[in-house]
Amino acid sequence: MRRFLSGDEAFAEGVRLAAPEVISAYPITPQTVVVEKLSEMVEDGSLDAEYIHVESEHSALSCAIGASAAGVRTFTATSSQGLLYMAEGLVYASGGRFPIVMMNADRSTALPWNIYGDQRDSLALLDTGWIQAYAENAQEALDMALMAYRIAEDSRVSTPFMVNLDGFILTHTYETVDIPDEEQARAFLPPYETENRFDFDSPKNIGFSAGPETNYIFKYKEHAAFERAVGVIEESERSFAGIFGRKYSGLIDTYLTDDADYIIVTLGTIAGLCRDVADKLRSQGIKAGVIRLRYVRPFPGKEIAAAVGSAKAIAVLEKDISFGNAGTVYTNVAAALQWAGVTAPVYNFIGGLGGKDISSDDVRRIYDDTAKGTDRVTFIGIEGDAQ
Amino acid sequence: MRPYLRDKKTFTFEEIPEDTCFEAGYLVTENSGWRSVTPKIDAQACIGCSQCYLYCPDGVITIQDKKAVIDYDFCKGCGICSKICPKNAIEMERAI
Amino acid sequence: MRADQLDKNEYFYGHKACAGCGGSLAVRAALKVLGERSIAVLPAGCMSAVGFNFPQLCFGNNAIISMFAGTASMLTGVEAGMRRRGYKDFHAVGLAGDGGTADIGIQALSGAIDRGDDILYICYDNEAYMNTGIQKSGLTPYGARTTTTPAGRNIRGNIRPKKNMFEIVAAHDIPYAATATVGYINDFIDKVEKASKIRGTKFIHVIAPCPTGWGIPVSDTIEVAREMADCGLWYLAEYENGKFTLDRDPGEFKSAEAHLRRQGRFKHLTDEDIDLIIKSRDEKWEKIRREWK
Repeated sequence: MRRFLSGDEAFAEGVRLAAPEVISAYPITPQTVVVEKLSEMVEDGSLDAEYIHVESEHSALSCAIGASAAGVRTFTATSSQGLLYMAEGLVYASGGRFPIVMMNADRSTALPWNIYGDQRDSLALLDTGWIQAYAENAQEALDMALMAYRIAEDSRVSTPFMVNLDGFILTHTYETVDIPDEEQARAFLPPYETENRFDFDSPKNIGFSAGPETNYIFKYKEHAAFERAVGVIEESERSFAGIFGRKYSGLIDTYLTDDADYIIVTLGTIAGLCRDVADKLRSQGIKAGVIRLRYVRPFPGKEIAAAVGSAKAIAVLEKDISFGNAGTVYTNVAAALQWAGVTAPVYNFIGGLGGKDISSDDVRRIYDDTAKGTDRVTFIGIEGDAQ
Repeated sequence: MRPYLRDKKTFTFEEIPEDTCFEAGYLVTENSGWRSVTPKIDAQACIGCSQCYLYCPDGVITIQDKKAVIDYDFCKGCGICSKICPKNAIEMERAI
Repeated sequence: MRADQLDKNEYFYGHKACAGCGGSLAVRAALKVLGERSIAVLPAGCMSAVGFNFPQLCFGNNAIISMFAGTASMLTGVEAGMRRRGYKDFHAVGLAGDGGTADIGIQALSGAIDRGDDILYICYDNEAYMNTGIQKSGLTPYGARTTTTPAGRNIRGNIRPKKNMFEIVAAHDIPYAATATVGYINDFIDKVEKASKIRGTKFIHVIAPCPTGWGIPVSDTIEVAREMADCGLWYLAEYENGKFTLDRDPGEFKSAEAHLRRQGRFKHLTDEDIDLIIKSRDEKWEKIRREWK
């Protein structure tokens, strides 16, 4: 069924199809539409779930962890300050290997207060042990909701999954979206089975402490699950294509990279504009390409290096800054390229903070600067040496 | 079920769980080494009233055949049982 | 409930709590009432620290450590999840300390009561953050010396009264709330049993002395706990169907001064300090006796 939906609404449809049994969430702009839609679905019976009105984001995730430890599928959603307020729970959920799925509406973080989209919230929490995916459009958001459960709950992975949607640009923008039917969804996503749960016949102590003798082994195993997740993601996408007929390209999505001299590596909705500008540059004889990161954890280091090939220079465009260094995506990309032996220069462009528009001229300038060579880190819109 | 002592062993890499979920009540160490004094029950004086059983913070006292019996593997020697006993049937001894 | 009616099993056993720990007795007794169909949620704190160190796992029933602020919110999730799995005859029980309840966990507790979640929340109150080394909590009583309310020349210990958790909880119109003490364990056991049969949110606040933090001999936990109720510095009461009931009126109080002076944490108090404590006790009891029939 095709419907005209916003990113938030499309994601809610994906969650409905995944049929979580416990939903605990606290409202925050621009996530609210998701939880409102889910509440309506619970009310009208189209989703048979417990919707728990928690008193904070911390409680939202705490409740989801409790329900996951009881052995049921769970969902929560948040954004920005809410995600930061959940931070303690993020490491808790991942360390306990609870495959909770969360939608995060990527939004700027205070201060100054700002409700618009950038990716500083989720990227600041990249190291919390969650799989992190970034959707580009409403269809992908819906599809990722379903895939997130399948990947997170796979016993080879057993890791929580955060799907990020650019605040407003994706969460509140309407597109035509294909909504799969429930039967297809059931064929793709098996019921959640786990032994990581309470059991009255064979009682369990869960969420324990582990001292220095064993702690590192738990952490190693958590890391190893991310390595296995790469294969599980591929497998899930193959199965997804077979059932729903839509193909996804794994950890990254490439555009005209095969022979590209200059490549922008980016994530989220801005990729579309980058592709548009790349097309125009191509028509002028400049070999431009785009890599969109669909996943930032597990990090597609090998995939990026392979797609970069023998490009002359690379730009990383992100809506994020790790103060005192560079963008978080940039440091990840640069390290991966260095390891792969790529010697082309890699430049970082920081844009879109607090919802600032990134224009096609901005993107064109990124390509120009990348071709000419520029500073390691450039804040789009800050001219010269602002210091 | 009452948690109980298992064989001492070193956990191999494979035996350490992926998650933080493990068999409940799995004990590998005793608490007997904590004691500096040890409760001794005078079976003659004990009337099996259960006061020591009820108030023991470690749950190491059971009433068997109407007499209090102590699991010395896990008794820490706090002496609450001795104080609570209405018949003064529990003596705290220096010997461990 | 008589001793022989209690579950013979032990569900909190082999733990590394200090000798004479009142908190561990509260946890042990509660789980003996609730039995094997209970799922215990314990926040970071003494009881989780002493009972949950892989591979030494001291709970015989299903149990989990929650985030410090998350006892009640995790209980909500556990209850909802188990219910979704089709279970009806089980107890989701929280066992949190005073700091975990009255300070960092009060928001989640308030939320759970507000939702009416079918959970039992037990606060074992040892009147300070004992696990981290005896720091002041919202339930530390007036005058007590802790490591963050030192008794010096300028300030003599904690200058704030104990937060009134029982009435704060009751103000939510909770189906059942009670106060108890490990000093009168049968009363506590009866209240846990009563709570276990009521649907909706239940709260029990049980005093559980910490010999280490209170500065008393390890053998005196029960005696001191009892004395605290007998001298009127604690009270045994219930809130049910919108009404407060006083369960036990000690009549003429035992000496509060003797009770305070035997504890290391109150050793520094002057006669005036003790008079102040007694005055505030008497005011409280005047209200209790007048209003909680």
